[in-house]
Amino acid sequence: MTVLNERQQLSYIAAQAADARLNVELETEGMTLNIGPQHPATHGTLRIIARLDGEQVVWAEPVAGYMHRGYEKLTEVRTFPQVTALINRIDWLGSFANEVPFILAAEQLMEIEAPPRAQYIRTILFELSRIANVSLFLGDLGVQMGAITPVFMAFRDREYVLNLIEGATGGRFHPNFDRIGGLKDDLPKGWIAETKQVMKKLRTFCDEIEDLLFGNEIFQSRTRGVGIIPADVAKSYGMTGANLRASGVDWDLRRDQKNAMVWDQADFKVWTHPDGDSWARCWIRLQETREATKIVDQLIDNIPAGPVMTKVPRIIKVPAGEAWVSTENPLGEMGYYVVSKGDLGPFRVKIRSASFNNISITPWVLKGVYVPDIITILASLYFILGDIDR
Amino acid sequence: MISSLLAVEIPYWGQSLLRVLGGLVAVLLPAGMIVYVFLFKMMSFMQSRLGPMEAGPYGSMQLLAEVSKWLQKEDIIPENADAKIFKIAPIIVLASTFLLVVVVPFGPDAWMTNFQAGVFYALAIGSVSVIGILIAGYSSANKYSYLGGLRAAGQLIAYELPMVLAVVGVVIQAGSMNLQQIVVAQNTQEIFGLDWIGFPFVLTQFVGFLIFMIAVQAELTQAPFDMPIAESELVSGYMTEYSGFRFLIFFIGEFATAGVFAFIASILFLGGWGVPFSWFGWDTIDSVDNWMNVVGPLIMFSKMTLLVGIIMWVRFSYPRFREDQLQRFAWKVLIPVSLANIAVTAILKVAV
Repeated sequence: MTVLNERQQLSYIAAQAADARLNVELETEGMTLNIGPQHPATHGTLRIIARLDGEQVVWAEPVAGYMHRGYEKLTEVRTFPQVTALINRIDWLGSFANEVPFILAAEQLMEIEAPPRAQYIRTILFELSRIANVSLFLGDLGVQMGAITPVFMAFRDREYVLNLIEGATGGRFHPNFDRIGGLKDDLPKGWIAETKQVMKKLRTFCDEIEDLLFGNEIFQSRTRGVGIIPADVAKSYGMTGANLRASGVDWDLRRDQKNAMVWDQADFKVWTHPDGDSWARCWIRLQETREATKIVDQLIDNIPAGPVMTKVPRIIKVPAGEAWVSTENPLGEMGYYVVSKGDLGPFRVKIRSASFNNISITPWVLKGVYVPDIITILASLYFILGDIDR
Repeated sequence: MISSLLAVEIPYWGQSLLRVLGGLVAVLLPAGMIVYVFLFKMMSFMQSRLGPMEAGPYGSMQLLAEVSKWLQKEDIIPENADAKIFKIAPIIVLASTFLLVVVVPFGPDAWMTNFQAGVFYALAIGSVSVIGILIAGYSSANKYSYLGGLRAAGQLIAYELPMVLAVVGVVIQAGSMNLQQIVVAQNTQEIFGLDWIGFPFVLTQFVGFLIFMIAVQAELTQAPFDMPIAESELVSGYMTEYSGFRFLIFFIGEFATAGVFAFIASILFLGGWGVPFSWFGWDTIDSVDNWMNVVGPLIMFSKMTLLVGIIMWVRFSYPRFREDQLQRFAWKVLIPVSLANIAVTAILKVAV
């Protein structure tokens, strides 16, 4: 630094003081915007407190818990077969997928395994609930950005999948079809042929959405380079599922984990994307819907004959022990840590749901974005409120 | 000239009555038509549903049902709102639409005022609605309304400029700022030696037409420029706190303005109330048949329907821009292109 004489020093100090005064005068008061709990963009009652400087977010925090229903505690006062009716309300768009890990955990404790036919049908229904879940995400994506037409296409085509799930299980949203040791019923007549047709329709739907939404320049400019989450940050926040794969981490429990499901019998690709932005997360989900239809197509031709239920006692008592089973659910990794003391019901159940961890990154990712981007980033992170609050 | 409409002498009070009635019809009829045909039916068909079907045959009375519902609703004014301004705001928005239709000619004699600087007046009055929207957002005492109002002000000012610049090309070509003279210029000239087609300026001013329609889309705050309303992030923008008939006035204002801007666009670019066929051909405005005063409004109406159809089509299928992208598009793309359009038009006008 050059040596200043007294006069220069004084003028320097005066300039600094003037700057400081100007900064104080120009400093505008920030605004706190409460997005939610009642807001069109939060799919339920998630609340985001955002501190704004103009249209830019300085600080944001999600407030969960407005819809907490206490499922972990409620399971303790129910028998094992009763629990499935409860837990398929966690992620209400892909209900069947919620039942599977719990049933697998109970089966692991009882040291039984469902017969091969039941395993195949379980996997098919699991993938159907993934399609029903993610196809709605693909339509909803447009609504969050002001394009109102895609969501109606999504509802139209999701209806076909819901009809399939209803045909097999009797329930559109809450099948309650999975049983310890197998399934409640076999598939109805004609279900397989219809499923193949619906899968074709769903692939057409994916192409339509890709044309209408993903090919749109405005959609691309709204999502590309927005809300970038690097791989290490995503891992450190415990993100799973498509959000993690969009950050370039090749991790899919369907492929990487061995359990009593038959994903290893199907040939499918686990897509990853190097960018980690909103676009990548949306694109990964689009590809996953396509892969899910392929998995269903492959498995449905090879369903083995046989019973759908093994021999289980009439009154199920699960032996004492602890089990942790997680699967790759539509929203990410979902797992149940089941502690049994040999009673009719579980002693304690810890539910690990994907959305809770996926949404925990919002304070990090929302810092410095514009208000409209809050909505696109939240939409691309894709949470179901029931899956956050349980 | 309206005094000799259909070769009937009309006293002054009769002329005034006709003007008021004509203004009401010219604003409210297109608004009702747009809401029913496009917002209710076309949008539903695009989204594989039927839309309203119960009220009246094919749901045609749905609009009356909606209006009577809104009129019955409670007029809620938030406690912290600036009540006076809150009440005035929707009226300013609708008033600007009524003032806009004043200079629109619907036939050789069917106009309200034959104003020499008609284009200038229309563009100036068209931006009065910004004031209404801004004070609606400001006086609602709601953060979403406030953000919406500010966004609307920024957007409408940014898109006012390309709109004006796009019109300059037409004014240069027509050699007049009078809307009636612009119509005459388009119908009496010929292009490529074909005198039956007339000379709608959309053929030479195609760039100007595109810029004008994009700017109209933004002025009307329709998607992809609906950032000020942005129902998924700002709930309903500046209209969030409005209910009952005040919301109805905003709603009518939105679609009536769409109709009036489409009227102006069809005058500037599509030949106004003239048709491009020799059986209606004429060389000067004095030789036009008197019955064009009746057919002219119908022709205008069909051209308006076409243009509004395009506006609504884009609205139903596009996602919306972000605020900064929207400003960048106006300042970095539309304004330079429209300036280049003016330069080229002026050079060709002098050279050819």
